[in-house]
Amino acid sequence: MLDNLTLKLAKVVKNLRGQARLSEENIQEMLREVRMALLEADVALPVVKEFIARVKERAVGQEVIGSLTPGQALVGVVHRELTELMGGAKAELNLACQPPAIILMSGLQGAGKTTTTAKLGKWLKERQKKKVLVVSCDVYRPAAIEQLKTVAAQAGIDFFPSEVGQKPAEIAAAALDYAKRHFHDVLFVDTAGRLAIDEAMMAEIRELHAQLKPIETLFVVDAMLGQDAVNTAKAFNEALPLTGVILTKLDGDARGGAALSVRHVTGKPLKFAGVGEKLTGIEEFHPERMASRILGMGDILGLVEDAQRGVDQDKAQEFVKKMKSGKGFDLNDFKDQIGQMRQMGGMGALLEKMPAQFAQMAQQAGGQVEDKSIRRIEGIINSMTPQERTKPELLKASRKRRIATGAGVQVQEVNRLLNQFEQTQKMMKQFSKGGMAKMMRAAKGLMGGGMPGMPR
Amino acid sequence: MFGFLKKDQAPEGAVATPKPSWTERLKAGLSRTRATLNTPLGELFSRARIDDELLEELESTLLMADCGVEATQWLLDELRAKVKKERIESPAELRGALIDLLTQLLTPLEKPLVIDGQKPFIMMIAGVNGAGKTTSIGKLAKQFQDEGHGVLLAAGDTFRAAAREQLAEWGRRNDVTVIAQDGGDPAAVVFDAISAARARGIDIMMADTAGRLPTQLNLMEEIAKVRRVIQKAEPSGPHEVLLVLDANIGQNAIAQVKAFDKAIGVTGLVVTKLDGTAKGGVLAAIARQCPKPVRFIGVGEGIDDLQPFKAREFVEALFSA
Ligand SMILES: Nc1nc2c(ncn2[C@@H]2O[C@H](COP(=O)(O)OP(=O)(O)OP(=O)(O)O)[C@@H](O)[C@H]2O)c(=O)[nH]1
Ligand SMILES: Nc1nc2c(ncn2[C@@H]2O[C@H](COP(=O)(O)OP(=O)(O)O)[C@@H](O)[C@H]2O)c(=O)[nH]1
Ligand SMILES: [Mg+2]
Ligand SMILES: [Mg+2]
Repeated sequence: MLDNLTLKLAKVVKNLRGQARLSEENIQEMLREVRMALLEADVALPVVKEFIARVKERAVGQEVIGSLTPGQALVGVVHRELTELMGGAKAELNLACQPPAIILMSGLQGAGKTTTTAKLGKWLKERQKKKVLVVSCDVYRPAAIEQLKTVAAQAGIDFFPSEVGQKPAEIAAAALDYAKRHFHDVLFVDTAGRLAIDEAMMAEIRELHAQLKPIETLFVVDAMLGQDAVNTAKAFNEALPLTGVILTKLDGDARGGAALSVRHVTGKPLKFAGVGEKLTGIEEFHPERMASRILGMGDILGLVEDAQRGVDQDKAQEFVKKMKSGKGFDLNDFKDQIGQMRQMGGMGALLEKMPAQFAQMAQQAGGQVEDKSIRRIEGIINSMTPQERTKPELLKASRKRRIATGAGVQVQEVNRLLNQFEQTQKMMKQFSKGGMAKMMRAAKGLMGGGMPGMPR
Repeated sequence: MFGFLKKDQAPEGAVATPKPSWTERLKAGLSRTRATLNTPLGELFSRARIDDELLEELESTLLMADCGVEATQWLLDELRAKVKKERIESPAELRGALIDLLTQLLTPLEKPLVIDGQKPFIMMIAGVNGAGKTTSIGKLAKQFQDEGHGVLLAAGDTFRAAAREQLAEWGRRNDVTVIAQDGGDPAAVVFDAISAARARGIDIMMADTAGRLPTQLNLMEEIAKVRRVIQKAEPSGPHEVLLVLDANIGQNAIAQVKAFDKAIGVTGLVVTKLDGTAKGGVLAAIARQCPKPVRFIGVGEGIDDLQPFKAREFVEALFSA
């Protein structure tokens, strides 16, 4: 599996060291790796082809600056292009019209339309103080209307009842009339999931659109979608004048190449990202995070930049080497790492660089790692002998007592630290084995385990 | 407990219009996708000679069907070897050879579900959010009843809004009992349902579960607990653990199989939404990396839109122009 493109490229370009420019010849093989990475991430093949051509055009002739390897330079280009292609949109819904502003939801079955309707309704209500009404035109899926009713109540927004026996057009007209009379600012019209090749159903939503003339027509897509995302997106985009795309289920570990496919095919802005089943699980779409995710790098680039700014370069390099070799992550490294964390602006700043879903989980745990406790941890490790630091398994009860006394803490605290260390060590092993994606999963497990319940 | 006890037949929903057979629809869907390719397969295979361009286009076809880089590479390597060994010269033969290869790869997954001996036969149904779990249960209930089995459903999705009501509607359509609780513990619901199944002499009990992503470790643990509770209530169970995969999903499906298998020991797959343009080629990757029997495929939203998986038919429908 191709989890970390940079590492992969590093291998390819070992023999290219010292070349000052990216050239057609020296990037050929690297581009093949990029192509594979994108395919593994489910970017649709036609989109991959165009993207690679574009990257090639941009990359050839570029100088390889300073200490960068050609591989790093190319990943930089790829990352920038991805970010640029997916970027540009603000997480905003256009409501500038005679109220109610109508928002029509569309997408495949199970994409997340109903959940997203409630999430956005809540968002508008809470952030923009809008009076929101939602209505379901899904008269097909069992209990779809009931589902919207429930989530609307959870979101604290108004729900307009509809019934299975009614026609979607009828329902929409009645809801609009109600919204006008009750001075709602926004009306969300949820629809049934449909396949792009289901002509009757596509005609239905086209007619709904013609009738309602919504100011926003949103296409809701599952981030896990595969190659067919291009066909689906194309068909929806041709049937409806889409105004934006929402990517759901980004709390999973899919690389999310569909984001690029859909963006490329529709040309419509990616506005929001669904990051959880709860109604708070929505955030603005971050193109640069998405780019890293597609490339399987977390926001590793950001981390690298920070590291370059705030961290002792030699130490960092040594650390990376150790991690890559997958062995020997010991308490010395742990201490260094914690110290560097402080230099980089503490946990909080670091977390911002992490992919969305990781940061979210970590935030809850994050408060615990205050700078004060960082200093305590350093204190404890300082009370250990060099031998103990490289071989933590030596630390039996009597030694722990000595260390605790030395650092002026309770033995439990030493135990807690060793626990944390072990977890981190595990994470590092994962990292060296499988890259960022696995590490994120491991980190999640670590935090999920240590926290008082993590309800969704 | 609010048992959704037997009620009269559900009103015919708008889904119940007569539909063409699944193969027709599968083919219709597939050929539509194909029209969007640069070179339709028909044209591809009616060329005069096998050349690099042809092989590259085959590669594209496999990749665009979600076969994934690794499985595609493997299939092409095998194909090349076959071309050499069997002296394949015409593109038409090449087509046959690729169909054979893919069929060979998928045939081991063609193991229908056999229900025997155990009463109640306990099944749990799992998968990511929106995969088609609840709908598949509704369809299966119909099929099992048609085969003469008594069926009972457990509303084990205690999380998603109106998930219970959704399953209850499938219960009504099938005229079968749905066991549900007001509380939020899926394991308790399932335990309850096993007792009910025993008391009523039911043949097959199916437990619905909430959709979950493998990254949600607490939820993966929750579903592992459901499995443990089933085992406690019935040491020989669960007798089938179905993982439902949406055919639209790309390479993440592999991770899903692995993660759910680790948590609950998957014994079979259901691949849904094959009535769309997605081809489900990820099954090739699954066959290579983490093979599991494909028990059924979903080809629509209606109660009858469920079919057994036939490797040959699947591959042919995928390749027919
Ligand atoms: N076209 C098509 N739609 C399907 C198929 N199977 C399920 N669906 C639809 O996909 C959507 C999700 O199906 P559900 O059965 O609710 O999926 P689920 O896995 O139970 O979803 P959650 O419980 O919300 O995680 C519904 O709109 C179904 O009608 C299929 O084979 N073809
Ligand atoms: N984990 C996760 N689940 C989601 C997200 N958005 C929706 N879901 C779930 O996906 C499933 C389908 O969502 P639903 O809103 O019913 O989709 P619809 O059929 O398009 O209306 C439900 O189980 C939701 O709880 C998300 O961002 N993350
Ligand atoms: Mg819905
Ligand atoms: Mg369900």
